[in-house]
Amino acid sequence: MQTITEKILARASGNSKVSPGQLIEARIDIVMGHDVTLPPAIAMLERHGLDRVFDPERIVITPDHFQPAKDIASAALHKRLDQWARRHKIRYYYPIGRAGVCHALLPEQGHIRPGEVIVGGDSHTCTYGALAAFATGIGSTELAAVIATGRLWFKVPASMKIELVGHLPEGVYSKDVILEVIRQIGTDGARYMAMEFTGPALAQMSMEARMTITNMAIEAGAKSGIIGFDEVTRAYLQGRLKGRQDYVVFESDPDAQYASHITVDCSKLEPMVALPHLPSNGRPISACAGLQIDQAYIGSCTNGRIEDLRIAAGILKGHQVSIRTLIVPATPAVWKQAADEGLLDVFYDAGCVIAAPTCGACLGGFMGVLAEGERCVSTTNRNFVGRMGHPTSEVYLASPATAAASAIEGRLADPRRYL
Amino acid sequence: MPTAHVYKKDHINTDEIIPARYLNTDDPQELARHCLEDLDSSFVQKVRPGDLIVAGEDFGCGSSREHAVWAIRAAKVGAVIAQSFARIFYRNCINCGFYPIELPNALELIDDGDQLSIDYQQGLIHNLTKGRTIHFDPLPEFALQIIRDGGLLEHIKKGQSMQGGRSK
Repeated sequence: MQTITEKILARASGNSKVSPGQLIEARIDIVMGHDVTLPPAIAMLERHGLDRVFDPERIVITPDHFQPAKDIASAALHKRLDQWARRHKIRYYYPIGRAGVCHALLPEQGHIRPGEVIVGGDSHTCTYGALAAFATGIGSTELAAVIATGRLWFKVPASMKIELVGHLPEGVYSKDVILEVIRQIGTDGARYMAMEFTGPALAQMSMEARMTITNMAIEAGAKSGIIGFDEVTRAYLQGRLKGRQDYVVFESDPDAQYASHITVDCSKLEPMVALPHLPSNGRPISACAGLQIDQAYIGSCTNGRIEDLRIAAGILKGHQVSIRTLIVPATPAVWKQAADEGLLDVFYDAGCVIAAPTCGACLGGFMGVLAEGERCVSTTNRNFVGRMGHPTSEVYLASPATAAASAIEGRLADPRRYL
Repeated sequence: MPTAHVYKKDHINTDEIIPARYLNTDDPQELARHCLEDLDSSFVQKVRPGDLIVAGEDFGCGSSREHAVWAIRAAKVGAVIAQSFARIFYRNCINCGFYPIELPNALELIDDGDQLSIDYQQGLIHNLTKGRTIHFDPLPEFALQIIRDGGLLEHIKKGQSMQGGRSK
């Protein structure tokens, strides 16, 4: 009677079973670092005389937050990261040119396997749970510890079951679903827990759509988000894995124990917008349409994959945007695919800015920072005070479809009239 | 005597503690200059060494940036007392050797400007202004060991397994 999360953690810690609350030391299968959190970890390793890596095949590195370098200070971070990765012969280092938004890049490039334990120096590492893995975000000190030892302590999380039922109506996407879940349970509704998503609505979703859901588990305070293995998972992994080709499939037992359980009927949902300044401030578009905005941003680890760009292009085709609109494909492969499919032409014709893969604008770093009092409709995952720029600016979280429709109208808009 | 800086607010997130516009450096002194900037721009002027931050639920939610802990520590804050903590921030504190004090009714027991002294061994906060002693649940032993060692990396160097016992 174990959940998938407990089974994965039991295997990684060499136990036959583990229980919520138990402290374990787990073997780490993959560790991810980027340009903000890894350079300080490198400095710590050097300072502590631990300048070693546990396995150069199991460390994946990409600069993404401020890449290409936004200023001299971030160029220095990239330089430290680049020199260290080359010196330690990190096999899966994605230098600028191949670098992309980490949580889009690692699954796309075949680094995420079911049944494994993955940690990353970034809170949205929980994204990888869409592939039936245990994945969680860590800080720089832990990143350093894992790089040196390949191990990390965990408290086994209790699991929360989120059952998604009903067909998604047209114009409603997985982003709307996760905004509704977070609206219901709050930004700490799953604090310290593993959010396990199940149900027939999920079965109909593509792997990319599922990643949007697990990506935002942290916005409910969760340690991880996870989705069980199925045919969609198998098809996504086919021919994609780098290095080791084997993986282990675990599933939750029918009598597994959950700390809580909610059901969301997707057929009743409208497009959702999370108003400032918490991701839990979700409202149906009918309750907030018409609010004037200054910028639309389509990209990020939440919604910067090819399917997201296809949805946005489907709305924007034949229209002109009336506000600043940024399109940021999350990885170089997404960028190329969008070019090959003619999506970049659609964005250009509509009057959008098309940028290189970066996290930049999502966190108010660069490439789309907001001025005092400006409002942005954004496909990202956080709308905290000052998140995308000036402390008085505002972020409205929405799906790529809602962001694209809003870009056309210059105000929050229902995408369903453009379908 | 350490003074409490009370923020009667839940979900104070790491973007408020250290905005991402300053994440192009990991220099603690530089980060400290912007500590809590988007929450309270006067904080760095008024904080004195050893002072305490007191807040509501879910303190430190959001990004995994350990820069948030470094900024608070380099601003010479003695400890953060919150009604609850977001999990990555909580782990980051322990792994940096910085004690996170969880106190479920902190906002009822401590007012802005109260003078506090903390006894970590006994798990006691003496509120000198109110003449009251408050008990808090100490961290589990393995976490205390990491803090005593000065952080996770120091702990590993001492040959301790991460669960607290000797590694084999």
